[in-house]
Amino acid sequence: MPVDIDIAHVARLARLDLTDEEADRLRDQLGVILEHASKVGEVAAADVPPTASPIPRSNALRDDTPEPSLPVDESLRNAPDREGDRFKVPRIAETGA
Amino acid sequence: MSELCDLTGAELSSRLAAGETTAVEIVESSQARVDAVDAQVGAFLTLTPQLARERAEELDVYLSTGAPQSAAAGIPVAVKDVLTTNGIRTTCGSRILESYVPPYDSTAWTRLAGAGAVLVGKTNCDEFAMGSSNENSAFGPVHNPWDLERVPGGSSGGSAAAVAAGEVVWALGTDTGGSVRQPASLCGVVGLKPTYGRISRYGLIAFASSLDTVGTFTRSVRDAASMLGVLAGWDPRDATSIDADVPDYREELDRGIDGLRIGVISEAFGEGVVPGVATSVRHAIDRLAALGAEVGEVHLPHAEYALSAYYLIAPSEASSNLARYDGVRYGFRAAGDHADSVAMMFATRGQGFGPEVKRRIMLGTYALSAGYYEAYYGQAQKVRTLIIRDYEAAFERFDVLVSPTSPTTAFRIGEKADDPMAMYLNDIFTIPANLAGVPAISVPCGLDESGLPVGLQLTAPILDEVTLLRTAHALESDLALDLRPPLLAEL
Repeated sequence: MPVDIDIAHVARLARLDLTDEEADRLRDQLGVILEHASKVGEVAAADVPPTASPIPRSNALRDDTPEPSLPVDESLRNAPDREGDRFKVPRIAETGA
Repeated sequence: MSELCDLTGAELSSRLAAGETTAVEIVESSQARVDAVDAQVGAFLTLTPQLARERAEELDVYLSTGAPQSAAAGIPVAVKDVLTTNGIRTTCGSRILESYVPPYDSTAWTRLAGAGAVLVGKTNCDEFAMGSSNENSAFGPVHNPWDLERVPGGSSGGSAAAVAAGEVVWALGTDTGGSVRQPASLCGVVGLKPTYGRISRYGLIAFASSLDTVGTFTRSVRDAASMLGVLAGWDPRDATSIDADVPDYREELDRGIDGLRIGVISEAFGEGVVPGVATSVRHAIDRLAALGAEVGEVHLPHAEYALSAYYLIAPSEASSNLARYDGVRYGFRAAGDHADSVAMMFATRGQGFGPEVKRRIMLGTYALSAGYYEAYYGQAQKVRTLIIRDYEAAFERFDVLVSPTSPTTAFRIGEKADDPMAMYLNDIFTIPANLAGVPAISVPCGLDESGLPVGLQLTAPILDEVTLLRTAHALESDLALDLRPPLLAEL
C-alpha cells in the first residue's frame, strides 16, 4: 500500500514552498516511491552494522598551518544582496523590547 | 567525412607529437562540429570559444619547444555543469544556480587543464545530477545524436551526447547511481565510473556525498585509461579521496583476458531487459569466452534491494546537501518583500528548484525525520553493508562481473517523464556499484533492431581499474564496432 505522508509537515522541515497542486502530486508520488523503498525493511539486518561510506576512513587530518583563504570580495561576488562586506538578508528577528 | 574531432585522444596525441597537426586545428575542428550539430543536440549550456582558442595557441607554443606531452595535451574536452570552473558559469542545470560563477576550480578540471586539455564548454545535465534522461534540466533536454527524438540518458546526458557527436573528444561526468554509465550506454560511448574516492570530489557540487564519483566519457577504452591516469590521485581538499598509488592504466590494456574469471550477474537477462539489449549482451559474453575468459554465473542476493536502499540514501544525503541553497550567499533569491529571512528561504527554494529536485528533497527529509529515520535511512545503510558483502563474496570467485548497463536502449523524450518509478528503474544495474564503491565501466557492445547503441557493464573490485579496463579493451577490440551516429552522415 502507498505510504501516507504529512506533506505540509515535511515541506516545513525542508524549507520548501509548495503550491497545492505540487503538494497533491508529491503526496501521490512519494507514497508510491516509499512503498517500493520500504522493501529494505524485508531484509533481516538487526545484527548488521550500517555503512555510511563505501571506503571507511578514520579522521583525515591536515597540518595546522595557516593558508590563504578566499578574499572577501570573491566570497561576496555571487551574493544576491550585500551591504559593504556583509551578506544582506531580510530581517531575522523581531525588533523592539 | 571523418574530421580531427572524430579521432580518439590517442590518435590526436600521436599526430600532435609527429607535428602533423596543431592544438589550434584540433579545437577548431571541435568547434566547427559544435556549430554544425549543437542546435539539434543541445549538449552545451555554456561555450568558451575564446578561452579555448587562447589555450590551444599557448599549447602549440609550448609543444613546439619539444616539451613532454601529456595524453591530455590538446584534447578538446567538455565538463559537466556540476563541476566548478573558476570564472565560468556553473549551473548544475538549475535555475537556483543559473548565474553562479564559481571562484574556484574543481580538482578534476584542474588536473585536466594542467595536463593541457582544452575546454570547449560546460554540458547540460539533469538538475543537480538527479535523473536518467536529462529531461530534468531547467534549461531544456539534450537530444541523443543517434535519434534526436530520444533521450541521451542522464544525468550526464550533455557530456555523453557531446562525445558521441564528436563535439569534443573527451568529457567529464559524474556518477551517483549510474549517471556516467547509463548515458554512455544510450549514446554508444565508453563511460567509466572509477572506485569511489579514486578521483577527488573537490568542486563537484554535492548531490549524495557517499555515492558521488567523477567519471569519464571517451570513444575508446584506451582513452578512458589515459583520462583516468590524469585524474586519479589523492587530494588534500577531499578527505574521502584515496591515498593509493596511481598505476599506468594503459600498461596492461593489451594483455588479453585468457583465464580471467568473469561472472555474469544472474539478473542480467531478467524482467525488464528488452530483447535488443539481451541479444547484444549475450553476444558480448560469448566473445569474452571466445577470448579465453572463464565465464560463470554469479548471484548477488541483496541486489534486489539496491534500488530501494539507493532511493533512501541518495535523497537523504541530497536533502542535507541542498540545504545550502538558501538565497543568502550565492544563487537565486526569490523577488519580493519577504516578512523575514526564513520566508525568503521558503520562497527561494520553492521557486528555484525543479520538480525532481523537490521530490528528492522531500523524500530525503521524510526518510531522515523523527520516527522514520531507523526504518528508512538506518535500514537502508544496513542493506548497503549486505550489498558490499555480496560483492566481496562474488569477487572471491570472479575477477570481473558483467551485466547490461541499462535494461533498455534510448527511450523517447517524454516517454517516462511523468512516472518517477519507471524512470528510477533505468538504474537497476548501475546503482549497486555506487552503493559498494566499486569501479564499473559501460562499453558499447552492439546496436539494437532500431540501430540504437547497447552498453555492457563490467564491474571490478575496489581499485582494480587495471583489470576492468583490460577486459573492456579486449572486448572493444574484438567487437570493432562502427559507432558513428547517423546524424554525422548528413554533415
